[in-house]
Amino acid sequence: MKELLDDLDRWRSAGTAVAMARVVDLEGSGPRSVGAAMAVTEVGEVSGSVSGGCVEGAVVVEALDVLATGARRMVSFGYSDDEAFEVGLTCGGTIHLFIEPLDW
Amino acid sequence: MSPSARQPFFEQPLFEQPLFEQLRDAIRAEASVALATVVEGEFTGAKLIVRPDAQSAGTLGNADLDRVVTRDARGELAAGRSGIRHYGLHGEAREGAVSVFIESFAPPPKMLIFGAVDFTAALARVAKVLGYRVTVCDARAVFATETRFPMADEVVVEWPNRLLDEVGGELGERDAVCILTHDAKFDVPAVVSALATNVGYIGVMGSRRTHDDRTKRLIEAGVDEAGLARLRSPIGLDIGARTPEETAVSITSEIIARRTGRDAKSLTVTEGPIHG
Repeated sequence: MKELLDDLDRWRSAGTAVAMARVVDLEGSGPRSVGAAMAVTEVGEVSGSVSGGCVEGAVVVEALDVLATGARRMVSFGYSDDEAFEVGLTCGGTIHLFIEPLDW
Repeated sequence: MSPSARQPFFEQPLFEQPLFEQLRDAIRAEASVALATVVEGEFTGAKLIVRPDAQSAGTLGNADLDRVVTRDARGELAAGRSGIRHYGLHGEAREGAVSVFIESFAPPPKMLIFGAVDFTAALARVAKVLGYRVTVCDARAVFATETRFPMADEVVVEWPNRLLDEVGGELGERDAVCILTHDAKFDVPAVVSALATNVGYIGVMGSRRTHDDRTKRLIEAGVDEAGLARLRSPIGLDIGARTPEETAVSITSEIIARRTGRDAKSLTVTEGPIHG
C-alpha cells in the first residue's frame, strides 16, 4: 500500500471515489505477495498491481462494481476455483483479493 | 456474496482522525503498524489499527475480538507477516465466524555500508531500489559526503565500529551490514562490532587474499568459528560480477538468497516455484 499513498491522497483530496483491492491470500506460486495492492478510481484510473498483469483487467471491472454498489467483497482468481472468473493466473496459482471502497 | 457484505461500514467515532489517515501517517513515518480488516463475517470492512506499544484504533465490532486481534497482530508485526486469521464472534480460537486479514507494515530494512568507495554508490543505489534505508559510513570526512552519496538516506563520518556500537542494538534479521573498506584497520573492528549485533547479513569485501589475511586478523581479535561462519566473505554471489553495479547486484542477490534460504543457482537448472 505504501507505493499507493501519494495517489490515494491526491484522489481523496479531489473527492474522487476509489476502490482498493488487496491480495489477502495466495495458494501456489504467485508473482506478488500477500499485501500487494491496487487502487481503481471511479473513472478507471489505476495505481499499483496485484499480479504479474494476468488479472488486473478483471480486478478493475470488479473494483468499479464495488464502487457502484458499495458492496465490499472477497474475489478469487485461479485455476483451482471453478466458480471463479475465467481469468486465470498464468503461473497456475490462486489469488484471493479483498476489494472495498476507500471510505475509511 | 454473503448478506453481511452489504452492511454499512462499522461506524467510527466522529472525533477521531479517519483510520486511513492514521495508517498513512504511520507508514510514512516508517513506524511499525498493522491494519486488521474483517474480510468475511459480520461487519465486513471493519478495521483496527494495531501498534506494538500503543492502544489500537478503530474496532472490528466487538471488544473481545479487538483484544484478541490486537494481540495476534502484534505477533504478526514482530514476525513481519501478513495473512488471514479466523475467529469466533468474540475472538474465540478455532472458530470461523469472522475472517480477519492482518497486514503488517514493517519499517524498511536497514543497510549499513562501511567504506565510501565506488562500490558503495552502486550498492546504495541498488539497495534503495530494494527498499532499504541506507546509511553510508566512513571515518574519512573527505570521502563520506552527501554530494558523493546523494542516494543514501544518511552519510555518517565515523569509525565503523563506533557507529555500530551506537546503533547496532537496532539491527535485526532483515537488516544488512556491508563492509566494503577492505582495509584491515577498519575491517577488523567493524566485523567484530557487527558480530555483536543480531544483524541478519554481514558481508565483507575483498579479494581471496585479503579474505585470508583478514580471517587471520579476526581470529587474533578473538572471533570464534561461529562468528567466522556468520560472515559472507568475500562478499556476494559467484556471478562473475566486474563493475561496481554488477557487484551491487551480486551482493543484494546474496542477501535475498540468505533470507529465503536458497542455494542460489540459475533458474534454468532448477525446478520448483519461481517466486521466493
